[in-house]
Amino acid sequence: MKRTFVYAMFALTTALIACGGGNSAGTDKTPAAEPAKEEAKSGENPSYDPKRGEGKFTHVDVPPALNAAMAENGNKTYKLKCESCHKLTEEKLVGPGWKNVTQRHAPEWIMNFVTNTDEMLNKDPAAQAQLEICLVRMPNQNLSDDEARAVYEFMRKNDGVK
Amino acid sequence: MHYSTKSLLVASSAALLLSATSCKPKNAATAVSADAASKAYVAPGKYDEFYNFVSGGFSGQLSVYGLPSGRLLRVIPVFSVDPEKGWGYSEETKPMLNTSHGTVPWDDLHHTELSQTNGEIDGRWIFVNANNTPRIARVDLKTFRTSEIIEIPNSAGNHSSPFITDNTEYVVAGTRFSVPPDDVNGDVPINSYKKNFKGYISFIGVDKTSGKMDVSFQIECPGINFDLSHSGKNKSSGWFFFSCYNTEQANTLLEVNASQRDKDFIMAVNWKKAEEYLKAGKGKKVPVKYAHNTYDDKTHTSSSEIKNEVTVLNAKELKDICYFIPCPKSPHGCDVDPTGEYIVGSGKLAALIPVFSFDKIQNAIANKQFAGEYDGIPVIKYEAALHGEVQKPGLGPLHTEFDGKGNAITSFFVSSELVKWNIKDLKVLDRAPTYYSVGHLCIPGGDTKKPNAKYVIAYNKITKDRYLPTGPELAQSAQLYDISGDKMQLILDFPTIGEPHYAQAVSADLIKNNSVKFFKLEENSNPYVSKGESTAKIVREGNKVHVYMTCIRSHFTPDNIEGIKMGDEVYFHVTNLEQDWDIPHGFGIKGANNGELLIMPGETQTLKWVPDRVGMSPFYCTDFCSALHQEMQGYIRVSPAGSNVPLTYSTGKNLPPADSTSGK
Repeated sequence: MKRTFVYAMFALTTALIACGGGNSAGTDKTPAAEPAKEEAKSGENPSYDPKRGEGKFTHVDVPPALNAAMAENGNKTYKLKCESCHKLTEEKLVGPGWKNVTQRHAPEWIMNFVTNTDEMLNKDPAAQAQLEICLVRMPNQNLSDDEARAVYEFMRKNDGVK
Repeated sequence: MHYSTKSLLVASSAALLLSATSCKPKNAATAVSADAASKAYVAPGKYDEFYNFVSGGFSGQLSVYGLPSGRLLRVIPVFSVDPEKGWGYSEETKPMLNTSHGTVPWDDLHHTELSQTNGEIDGRWIFVNANNTPRIARVDLKTFRTSEIIEIPNSAGNHSSPFITDNTEYVVAGTRFSVPPDDVNGDVPINSYKKNFKGYISFIGVDKTSGKMDVSFQIECPGINFDLSHSGKNKSSGWFFFSCYNTEQANTLLEVNASQRDKDFIMAVNWKKAEEYLKAGKGKKVPVKYAHNTYDDKTHTSSSEIKNEVTVLNAKELKDICYFIPCPKSPHGCDVDPTGEYIVGSGKLAALIPVFSFDKIQNAIANKQFAGEYDGIPVIKYEAALHGEVQKPGLGPLHTEFDGKGNAITSFFVSSELVKWNIKDLKVLDRAPTYYSVGHLCIPGGDTKKPNAKYVIAYNKITKDRYLPTGPELAQSAQLYDISGDKMQLILDFPTIGEPHYAQAVSADLIKNNSVKFFKLEENSNPYVSKGESTAKIVREGNKVHVYMTCIRSHFTPDNIEGIKMGDEVYFHVTNLEQDWDIPHGFGIKGANNGELLIMPGETQTLKWVPDRVGMSPFYCTDFCSALHQEMQGYIRVSPAGSNVPLTYSTGKNLPPADSTSGK
């Protein structure tokens, strides 16, 4: 009885298709079945340098003396886009305080984190550890390369570089 | 076994019978073939191939769908207030809905037209019309926001609009209701229609670079109803074609009284000629009053200007601008094929479709093949303009779009179907039922020089049993048909907002890469912007209190405000300091007789709040922004008028004194 029902259904379906009169040309679109990209875990990827982080900055030239004009530009960007969440002391607000940040991280890491925030949060162990503390993903504030460099210079000034 | 075979035969023949009787498609399942689902399938995370801009009808808004999935991507507020987005509620957007009648918070958005360059869609703007209080809006396709709204004087029922010329030189607006002109006394008997009522066609100039609109001129025409229109192209470039009904000039029971004549008109307008008259100073400057509203993406603020004059050309006195072509039975759609040679008129009550030839029209004008005049305007002989008629195409033709392969597809309301026919030989090629009673239809680029005829979408007026019942009212249904082959194949149903009329579709490639992701804080020149948290402040000017507030994931600055008094008007100028895609913050405050703000990254928006009672009013972020979104909140303390509580504000500082405890 069950089998009969199946046949009947088959007949019905066939009839419906015939009736539709639509063009039954093959589909030109295969459902995309691309698997989600496996995020490389830093531990499994020997080429990943956790000191440098993920991003375009591989080497940043930092002369020993402070570039005061650049630091002042960095201060302006800080006031506009960073200050809401970062204090200049050690105190954590939304994100960590900036005091001594230039000693905790290499300039490449900081500039990569500032300009390539989402990828760093997805990949970098230090960034992920910080996210576990803050629980707010740092917004990508879309700083240009020059702005990121100036903000780094301002961080240096904040850390006492003359 | 024997028993089983017998019953199989019975069962399957019953099934066949059943399906045979349902061959005349009456409901959902019958017209859909097996591969429909895969044709409309867009995998999660994948983009659609087309944007579909669909008029929202009586919602007053413009909806944006992806095709072929039918996914609703966005509803863009245009002519109706939208408290969700603060549209018409924020101080910055209020002027957008200003008119010569004051603020008009609702309209009926019928038609859509994407800007064109050289007769092809260029992906810059989309124009839409307000049918009730005549206006045209321009939506910027970089921001998907309404950038400009212009009111149309001397007009009522802006139906024949906003169709454009092939280089977007003009957007046109033909009045549906003829009315006494704005500068004369309209306090006249309604039945003096023939004497006192006029029909105006407006040509609204569009700046090539900025898109800014301006009423360049109007053409005063006889008092009839202008319904729809389309621009000429290629050889007919420089001409515009308008369908007209109520040539009976009835002013009551139009259903009967405007359906008397066997033929009404298509009006052909030589707008290049009109430009010549304008240049020669033949226009008459007429006092009127209309609003022109613009939105600026740098100040994030709109402004409204009332204009007082328009230039009018008289079609009766200035020869060779307008010609009437007889067209059977109250024509509705007025569509020009991609070559520009054929003009299709669709008589709502006709049992045929007349197709006119541009060459023949030119020839008839040159040889004065006129059947007479209508109110001083020459009427070309029907046969002299006619390419031919599609015989027995269906019942109630409304609109026609083109596939660019020599074919047209026309919607039929009464017989509820799409009919494909060949323009040259006028033979019907295919029919597809719609569910139910199709109004408009859309082929991507289907009214341009270059249609991209992969799909046709039918926008139906009646839904009935297509969706799960939702009480007396159901969402209007749209239906997507694959037209890449010879036959139209139904592949998807999708619900719409309001009541869709015209829609336009365009390849996503033309638009998606130009989409703005956030507004640059550095460029924000709103007079009340706070550029950085340390610039947040409160300024009292008499009883007006300006709160310069910032927000970022996940706090407002200031979030504690005291010293507000009864009688104050508080303006929250909220700047979103985020510079990342898709991170708006919301702002809602208890008791606001108003909407919320939804502030895009880098933008400043202002909510006016007039406290109605003494006490504590919380405010909070309404758009989930981070794991600590629920913490994104603040308090505003309202004291009695004359109170001496000082005005103070802070974030993260106003903590209880060290000796206070929760028990006290």
